[in-house]
Amino acid sequence: MVELSSNFLFTAFILYLVGILFFGGAIKDKRHADKKDSPNKWAKIGIVVTIAGFLSQLTFFVLRWIASGHAPVSNLFEFTTFFGMALVGAFIALYFMYKTPLLGLFTLPVAALIIAYGSMFPRDVTPLIPALQSYWLHIHVTTTAIGQAILAVSFAAGLIYLVKSVDQTKKSKSTLWLEVVLFGLISTLGFVFVSSFFAATDYQANFNYVNKEGQPATEKYTIPAVVGPHQFELTDKDRFEPLIETPAIISAKKLNTVIWSLASGIVLYVLLRAILRKRIAAALKPWTKNINLDLVDEIGYRSVLIGFPVFTLGGLIFAMIWAQIAWTRFWGWDPKEVWALITWLFYAAFLHLRLSKGWHGEKSAWLAVIGFIIIMFNLVAVNLVIAGLHSYAGS
Amino acid sequence: MNEIKCECGHVNPHGTILCESCGRVLEEKEKEKQLVDMRYEGSARRSQTYNKTIIDKIWNFFSSVKVGVWLIIILLVASSLGTIFPQEMYIPPLMPAGEYYQEQYGWLGKLYYDLGFHNLYSSWWYLLLIAALGISLIIASLDRVVPLYRSLTNQRVSRHESFLKRQRMFSVSNADLSGETVDKIKNLLTQKRYKIREENGNILAEKNRFSRWGPYVNHLGLVIFLLGGMLRFVPGMYVDEILWLREGETKAIPGTEGQYYLKNNAFIFEVYDKEKDDEVFQNAIDKVGTVVKNYQTDATLYKKQGDTVPGEKPELEKVRDQSIQVNKPLKIDGFALYQVDYKLDEMNKMAFKLENKKTGDQFGDVAVDLYDPEMNYDLGNGYKVEVMSYFPDFEFNEDGEPATKSRIPNNPAFIFKMFTPDKPEGEISFVAIRQTIEPMGDNDYKMIFNGVETKNVTALTVRKDLTLWLIGLGGLIFMIGVVQGAYWNHRRLWIRRVDSQIWTAAHTNKNWHGLKRELDTIFADSGIKAPEDQLSDDKKE
Amino acid sequence: MKKKRLVTRTIILAVLALAVGYTLYANMNKDKNQKIEVGKPAPDFVLVDMEGNKHRLSEYKGQGVFVNFWATWCKPCEREMPYIENQYQQFKDQGVQVLAIDSSESELVVNKFVERKGLNFPVLIDKDGQVQAAYGINPLPITFLIDKEGNVVKSHTGELTEETVREFMEQIKP
Repeated sequence: MVELSSNFLFTAFILYLVGILFFGGAIKDKRHADKKDSPNKWAKIGIVVTIAGFLSQLTFFVLRWIASGHAPVSNLFEFTTFFGMALVGAFIALYFMYKTPLLGLFTLPVAALIIAYGSMFPRDVTPLIPALQSYWLHIHVTTTAIGQAILAVSFAAGLIYLVKSVDQTKKSKSTLWLEVVLFGLISTLGFVFVSSFFAATDYQANFNYVNKEGQPATEKYTIPAVVGPHQFELTDKDRFEPLIETPAIISAKKLNTVIWSLASGIVLYVLLRAILRKRIAAALKPWTKNINLDLVDEIGYRSVLIGFPVFTLGGLIFAMIWAQIAWTRFWGWDPKEVWALITWLFYAAFLHLRLSKGWHGEKSAWLAVIGFIIIMFNLVAVNLVIAGLHSYAGS
Repeated sequence: MNEIKCECGHVNPHGTILCESCGRVLEEKEKEKQLVDMRYEGSARRSQTYNKTIIDKIWNFFSSVKVGVWLIIILLVASSLGTIFPQEMYIPPLMPAGEYYQEQYGWLGKLYYDLGFHNLYSSWWYLLLIAALGISLIIASLDRVVPLYRSLTNQRVSRHESFLKRQRMFSVSNADLSGETVDKIKNLLTQKRYKIREENGNILAEKNRFSRWGPYVNHLGLVIFLLGGMLRFVPGMYVDEILWLREGETKAIPGTEGQYYLKNNAFIFEVYDKEKDDEVFQNAIDKVGTVVKNYQTDATLYKKQGDTVPGEKPELEKVRDQSIQVNKPLKIDGFALYQVDYKLDEMNKMAFKLENKKTGDQFGDVAVDLYDPEMNYDLGNGYKVEVMSYFPDFEFNEDGEPATKSRIPNNPAFIFKMFTPDKPEGEISFVAIRQTIEPMGDNDYKMIFNGVETKNVTALTVRKDLTLWLIGLGGLIFMIGVVQGAYWNHRRLWIRRVDSQIWTAAHTNKNWHGLKRELDTIFADSGIKAPEDQLSDDKKE
Repeated sequence: MKKKRLVTRTIILAVLALAVGYTLYANMNKDKNQKIEVGKPAPDFVLVDMEGNKHRLSEYKGQGVFVNFWATWCKPCEREMPYIENQYQQFKDQGVQVLAIDSSESELVVNKFVERKGLNFPVLIDKDGQVQAAYGINPLPITFLIDKEGNVVKSHTGELTEETVREFMEQIKP
């Protein structure tokens, strides 16, 4: 059953990629450019394919739930793919409100990237530790993920806004930062490529090293080690010998993964720049030609408005109720809790700034981008880097 | 007082930008703008109108949205600082916190500790930041909700031309407002749940005004939530105790003033079993090794009968048996007992035999209760063992003498005096785990270890939190307010006859796209132009 | 009108300031012992000493009572015991009683300790921690001074010198 469910996830992933192509076609299709209000045939197929993908992933979710006996949101793989699905769901909802295929062209790649990223983590069905054995698991986690996904749509809208509005004829801070954001996405893609490649070739390198407590320990790398752990000793033959040794307090394996992601990101980015012969954002710009900036701004604002209450409910209120039951107190300043609070404060600030003149449009779009970075930080860094009560979700 | 009388006759408070009644622009500066600023309906926000005394200045400071946003941002950054390294409550209590941070994180850790970031969230300045935000919430809301309410209740149906013209959605049609058309439009508006007011043939259609109160409702919720947080500091509102309980032990539940007792019948620790548990978990268990399945204390709850003085043996009446698990606390009388920690296999009894070293003959069983050893163990036939000293948690102290670190038998050690028929004056032996010392020279007899009986110990957190209902109420009100403000929008449509023309204007506090679509359907085929977005025309490419 | 507004604002700000001030104050003092308040009656207790005699605090009305919580494994407790013994000998005829309450240890351990140190005042074992809970005991040693009316005069956490023991007993001498 688990295997069967994985096939549905894979199908969904492929369908999302196909959806992207159709939404791309919808925008390039000039024949219907005059009929602005109704989406053209390409867009219609695009949304049907996307919905099919969504349903396929939903099937994956349900099957895995049945197989494991608990909502499949209990480890990083399950949560991240669910988040990706919620993002697609949020896009579908907003598509029917605004009928903008361009939103699909930007949201679906992000969702696909998130799902691919999540799939790089162990995909085993994990049994639940006592703290997770509660029906609040699916209530809290799914509501939070849906809230974050709706908020993430504002990131896609913000990105569209910036791609269209930032002047690409001359170099500026805006063009630079926009490239940095796109580079972030490309690095994630790089991570997926590198992980998949070495997983396919079954690369393994084992090390003995001395951990920060001064005890001997072992570490298994699944991608070649550029940086090795503290006082490492490679125990496998014919494996890449690390170039640098890290101090004991740094997790060498994670640093190594980051280095690989950034390096592959740089390679991909440079390659793209060489092919396109202009900034990535500049290359994307023509796609946004026909969109109305005000509308994009409103989609962004709207998704924050819709997402904020959902996130508050799932990420703070349900979280507090469960924390009171499982951890004896509704709030304990655990890093994950703090970052949920930070996310909440950030979007609260966003909503207040929307009241002021001059914070619509481009500034608002930048805020949406920052908000998404905070959400991803909470998802990725807080689980993998900052240890806390939630860190079981990291393995 | 400098009230402003509008040409229409309505008297507005000082500082009003748009007449509350007819919408005429009252402030000179505003007249030059293409569109009027509809925030707070152009009402006179009190903070902006007076700025005289120090009190007013403080008031105005907290009333500002800009200040509020800054407070949010500062709080956000401050909060993130506390996650760089773990807070003090999450570090192992092995050594003083200062040393721990330095050892684990080097000079950065020391700096972190010296700056007090190891306890950031209970620092005075962090609390002050939250307090400032709370004050800002209260004052900013008070300052806006009153004039906004005034404006919205005072608004007239017929708005002044200058007001209509300066709305974002506006159109002029050379048409006649015949009875039939009006009825049709009104019908459609009613279908869309608009409330319609008419005056001299002019129309004001309005819906979802309540969504304007959303922000103030959610701010109220937050203030109540913060009040709940403050209430915790009132003595008696909050109990946070820990109860360590060995299997078989009965103890008073701390915090209940000796009213309730709990007995630990058994502590159960289970891990997932590859063989017995669901097959789908096999891979994960293989990879991780062990995954804990259950922590459980089988407990019996007792209530004390009558009045006893502490120290007296209480008379207990059983209330009920209950298994306490993670996520399933035991609840009684506002208290909740949570499974939070445990210790497996703590030594409870130790058994010895007295043995003649030469012959190997063994005499009697000495079973020592490590929590309450006896002074003498008579083995009969002239064999006797006396416990001269007992060190439950044995160590050699600075002077090289045997001592105990605590009362818990983590490493029990004894000085025995063994009396036997052939050594009636006794032989002294020091016995610790895997260690025997015979301080008075070689003995003929020795105490040999004959097994140990262990017990599990459970740790339960005892919690009472009388602030929960207020916290919950605050959360609920916040959710209502935020949904009310976010999921509905306040829409208004004005239709006015100006000479032989029909002027229409519309306003919404957000979601203009939705408003446009709605108006387009309402005005379709009516002969009157729906209000058009005056902003998007400029930006169209 | 303007005056009224000023008054309203002043009141609201004052209330808010008070609330914040209280919270900050309470936050800073939250770790302090809240069970025992100086000037209030000391919680009563009944414990049995090593000879099997019952001691009830309320029965010592009319005398000053020096209540010391201790344990054999606690070094400062061990160091201050001889001082308490010396001063007990000085003050016992002047109406000062000493009650040394051991923290949940076994009789054997306490007996050996009393023997070794030659203590003559009543030593009581609070086996199940009821008395410690009633007094909110956390770190040891801690000493409470109770006057002849049964009210708490002082609580002292940490090791005592012979001089302070003397001063303390002087304080509660009826």
